Amino acid sequence: MTVEAAEEIAAQEFASIVESHRPQIFRFLLASLRDVDLAETLTQECFLKAHRNWKHFRGESSAMTWLMRIAINLQKDHWRNRRLQFWRHTQANALDVDEASDWLPNGERNAEQQILAREQVAQVWKAVGSLSERQRTVFLLRYVEERELSEIAQATGLSEGTVKAHLSRALGRVRAHLRESR
Amino acid sequence: MNFRDKLAGEFEDPVAEALENFKASVDAWSDAAYSRPRTAVSVGVRRGGWRLAASWALACMLASGSLAGWMVERHHQQELARTVAMKAAAQKAAQDRAAAEQSAAAMATKQQSAAKANAKNEDLLATVDSDVSREVPAAMEPLAQLVNDNGTE
Repeated sequence: MTVEAAEEIAAQEFASIVESHRPQIFRFLLASLRDVDLAETLTQECFLKAHRNWKHFRGESSAMTWLMRIAINLQKDHWRNRRLQFWRHTQANALDVDEASDWLPNGERNAEQQILAREQVAQVWKAVGSLSERQRTVFLLRYVEERELSEIAQATGLSEGTVKAHLSRALGRVRAHLRESR
Repeated sequence: MNFRDKLAGEFEDPVAEALENFKASVDAWSDAAYSRPRTAVSVGVRRGGWRLAASWALACMLASGSLAGWMVERHHQQELARTVAMKAAAQKAAQDRAAAEQSAAAMATKQQSAAKANAKNEDLLATVDSDVSREVPAAMEPLAQLVNDNGTE
């Protein structure tokens, strides 16, 4: 196989990875940041970084876990930079909890069930907002992205025990918020 | 086993339901945001950017023009005020000089008339002295010699 042919195959592989994983990376970043424009920007940056390092990807973890790790690092950098910023534009663009909880699929629900579901979603958003950055990441990876504990541990660089501890604390907060709203 | 069943096995009902609704909400929001049109927005932003830049440039030109006009007008008014003040000062100095000359002339006239009056008085006194004074009779001469000029014996 020639070098050109190998490069062509690698490019096709990467294109298919982008196509299949991009919506999930975007969803994770959107849930983390609650800012559509910023989530789009960081998703693009994530795939740009992945493209640059695609040659070094050894397949020790799944491509999704590898991409998620890049996204988590970008998000961390963003929060770190934002803390140093004098003017905090991103806060102004982020959706508040009530707006974010307006999004609900139109399932087979009556009006009362819709209101109840919206209230529950708002409470979970409030709980997520009160979590530390690491707890929030672990919580979203588990209950939005439906990742296994081992995958979360790989993506975040934490041990499984630490992941479990963070999840437990995060769920405690969610329970407390739901109890308060009743 | 799907996500809902997993959650139901893991948690009590309200928490499982809330987490399921939360995931459904994030999915719906993400799908809507992911599939929104983007090209039109970026073109609009670029056009808007040019328009914004042009209006800023125009506003800057207007502002600098009016500032320059104001400065020229202010400078002109200051020059005018300085000329008027200089004229007034020169006029006042001339008036002061004329007044000083007048008072000096008046003083000289006064001194001349005072000298004339003194001379007149002297003449009058001399006349009076000559009219009043008499020669001492010969019989009184020895007595007169006993009295000196101060009138003491």
